[in-house]
Amino acid sequence: MAHIPLNTKQIDRLKQLAEEIADQLQTFISRHSSISVERTILRLYGVDGVDSEKIPLSNKIIDKLKKKSRIKSGVSRFFAGAMLASGRDVRITAELIDQGKIEWDDLSRFSHADILEKEKELAQKAVAALDETRKKKEEKLKKYPSPQQPWRYLIVATGNIYEDRIQAKAAVSAGADVIAVIRSTAQSLLDYVPYGPTTEGFAGTFATQANFKIMRQALDEVSEKEGRYIRLVNYSSGLCMAEIAACAALEDLDILLNDSMYGILFRDINMKRTFIDQYFSRLICSRAKIIINTGEDNYLTTSDAIENAYTVTASQLINEAMAQKALLTPDLLGLGHAFEIDPRIENAFLYELAHAQLARQLFPDVPLKYMPPTKYMSTDIFYSHCIDTLFNLASVTTEQGIHLAGILTEAIHTPFMQDRYQALCSVNYVFNVARDLGKEIEFRKDGFIAKRARQVLDEVELFLKEIKEIGLMEAIARGKFANIRRPVDGGKGLEGVFEKAVDYSNPVMEQLEQEGGIHG
Amino acid sequence: MGEEMIKPYGDTLNDGMVQLSFTLPVENSPRAKKAAEIYVSKLNFEDVSVVHARKIADNFTCFVVYARAIPILDYSTVKVPEFKIKPMDFYEINEIIKIKLHRPLMVVGATIGSDAHTVGIDAIMNMKGYDQDYGLERYPEINACNMGAQVPCEELLEKAIDVKADVILISQTVTKKNAHIRNFSEFIKLLEEKNLKRRFLLIAGGPGISNDLALKLGYDAGFGPETRPSQVASFIVTKITEQKSAKRKI
Ligand code: B12
Repeated sequence: MAHIPLNTKQIDRLKQLAEEIADQLQTFISRHSSISVERTILRLYGVDGVDSEKIPLSNKIIDKLKKKSRIKSGVSRFFAGAMLASGRDVRITAELIDQGKIEWDDLSRFSHADILEKEKELAQKAVAALDETRKKKEEKLKKYPSPQQPWRYLIVATGNIYEDRIQAKAAVSAGADVIAVIRSTAQSLLDYVPYGPTTEGFAGTFATQANFKIMRQALDEVSEKEGRYIRLVNYSSGLCMAEIAACAALEDLDILLNDSMYGILFRDINMKRTFIDQYFSRLICSRAKIIINTGEDNYLTTSDAIENAYTVTASQLINEAMAQKALLTPDLLGLGHAFEIDPRIENAFLYELAHAQLARQLFPDVPLKYMPPTKYMSTDIFYSHCIDTLFNLASVTTEQGIHLAGILTEAIHTPFMQDRYQALCSVNYVFNVARDLGKEIEFRKDGFIAKRARQVLDEVELFLKEIKEIGLMEAIARGKFANIRRPVDGGKGLEGVFEKAVDYSNPVMEQLEQEGGIHG
Repeated sequence: MGEEMIKPYGDTLNDGMVQLSFTLPVENSPRAKKAAEIYVSKLNFEDVSVVHARKIADNFTCFVVYARAIPILDYSTVKVPEFKIKPMDFYEINEIIKIKLHRPLMVVGATIGSDAHTVGIDAIMNMKGYDQDYGLERYPEINACNMGAQVPCEELLEKAIDVKADVILISQTVTKKNAHIRNFSEFIKLLEEKNLKRRFLLIAGGPGISNDLALKLGYDAGFGPETRPSQVASFIVTKITEQKSAKRKI
């Protein structure tokens, strides 16, 4: 197999540094919660639906709790109390709270043990639902085999979930293994999850639980027809990371974009909020066996892909360490990177191979997510198609896991059906004719590619030491990633963060943490 | 000026050769190919040759077609509002500001609305610039304030008033469903409401922008793909110094 000799002791040091960085952060995370984490608990307990103004009940209940200044204790115990008070099921209890028809903030009416018992019951049901989706996917994978990696990942983004469905099926018949429904512009800034099937998105389709269901069903149909399992992807970064993870789990999604820093850097979401939310979000993914995808590829759109290659690798290491804290196993870690070097640079392809091979070797067991060229794609679609072809070659040669198909019209619009087809023609062609190329080649010990990979590693080591020194939050504040500065207390969503009171409870989180990762 | 008749070129002048590719929502079949041929002839082409037809999904066929275009165009009648502005370099631009304005030029820029793309506005404003051409921040005679992306119109205007900006730069990248047009127009509306339309030099930019479009939307200029910061700076100093001398004459 293609191989670059690397210093394994150095790799151990890097992983150790990343772990220490994640440790520092975890101390902060475990002391805090957020309104979106609390809403997620409600969703997992079974609270669903919206009022006549389309405001989700989970939002309304948490807002009420916030107004009563009770949020610091967490919603779980109050909701359990409300269940006891109403004697009804989750749905009706939620409606009663919303309509102000029950007393639910005075817990003194019930014994501590009764409330605890109720909370436990709710949490167990919630976790059972996560187990069920995992098992359902396992069953499907037995029936329809998983395609060979790199998986061919295609996006749909019409704005209309029903149109997306047609586009998705077309992509699958042309060879796609994974379908991602891109979200509508700026959904990540909404502090709620929209509801119901939607047909009106901008350059993407709203992520709603109903839309997830519609697309999952369509893909199940094509899995049957094609005889291979087709994975479904959506995006969770933003102000609703954990809630979207919950919706995704409930509708059997396979992959979620779930980066610990993307929202901070690229959507100006507050970093405390993001770090807190990503943790619960990832715990859910771990239990439901949803592969997370991280967003390091994006750094190379705002900073130079050669000069800042080390930021990608460092971020992968940090994302890995943080994901391990959230119990994600390597098979669920779609660490991101990209083929984004300026095509005018001599030997750009050698740099790309070095970076891709380095990622492969640093994380041998993860389904690496490889992003195609985007920034330097040209409106000359013919030229862009050539660039994508080389990207496809780099991907198959270095045995990437999840291959985001590059599309010739990248610099123009979200893809048309024919664009996707054209892209797949190149992917299918290259993957087939060069399938085992990686197994045949060795990189010269002191050649350009090996030296480049080692240089990046050295830069990563210096960088991780620096981050460890100042802490990840300060590093982001100083613009160390993607050349973007985000102040610790700036950005959107900080008002939704709170410190947990001594009597705070999140039994879902507790159960997930206690029971540990699911292996195999 | 005399007539200048033109037609698309393949390998012989005026052969009218055009290459097209499109999809029809029908199954691939001889009938589908015929439909593609007829459709292209309805677009006013002749010698239509459907060279490739391929099923790309159930009920969808993609075609590659060559055909001869019939219309002929008199190029001398084609007009677009072009900049009649002398391109200047970094040093000339600074020099002019120094000599003619006697103070630094204030420029405020942002990507407005929900658009999160910053790379375009950064390319124009940040030190590093674009394609070896320094960005406005690098110009000693320009004070450039780049507010980044997702900036509401009101915030941008407030800032512009606050720092007494001469110029406002606005970037938009997302063009789906005409998001850019809506956002650009919203800013103009805001200026009109506040009676501030003439107060600033207004420049629009982004991959879907042309000078033509920007003028229509009420901006003083528009810059599209591959714009270099010095082109924008040349336009700015030319306009601002023009305005200044116009005022003096009054
Ligand atoms: C990088 C990138 C991103 C990055 C942006 C990072 C950042 N901080 O900017 C990230 C990953 C965040 C991103 C997100 C999205 N993106 Co984007 N993105 C791109 C990409 C790959 C490159 C754009 C770029 O940086 N070009 C390089 C710069 C230098 O070029 P430029 O912007 O044209 O700027 C030049 C000129 O236009 C001009 N200029 C630009 N602005 C201004 C302003 C002034 C005043 C002047 C004078 C000149 C000027 O000067 C610049 C230098 O020459 C393009 C695809 C492509 N290759 O174009 C897609 C693309 C623009 N994105 C797209 C989409 C749809 C999105 C999303 C909406 C996807 C989604 N549904 O979530 C989200 C945006 C969410 C949001 N809220 O906006 C679409 C837009 C489709 C359309 N036509 O509407 C594109 C075309 C990709 C595609 N084919 O689908 N994206």
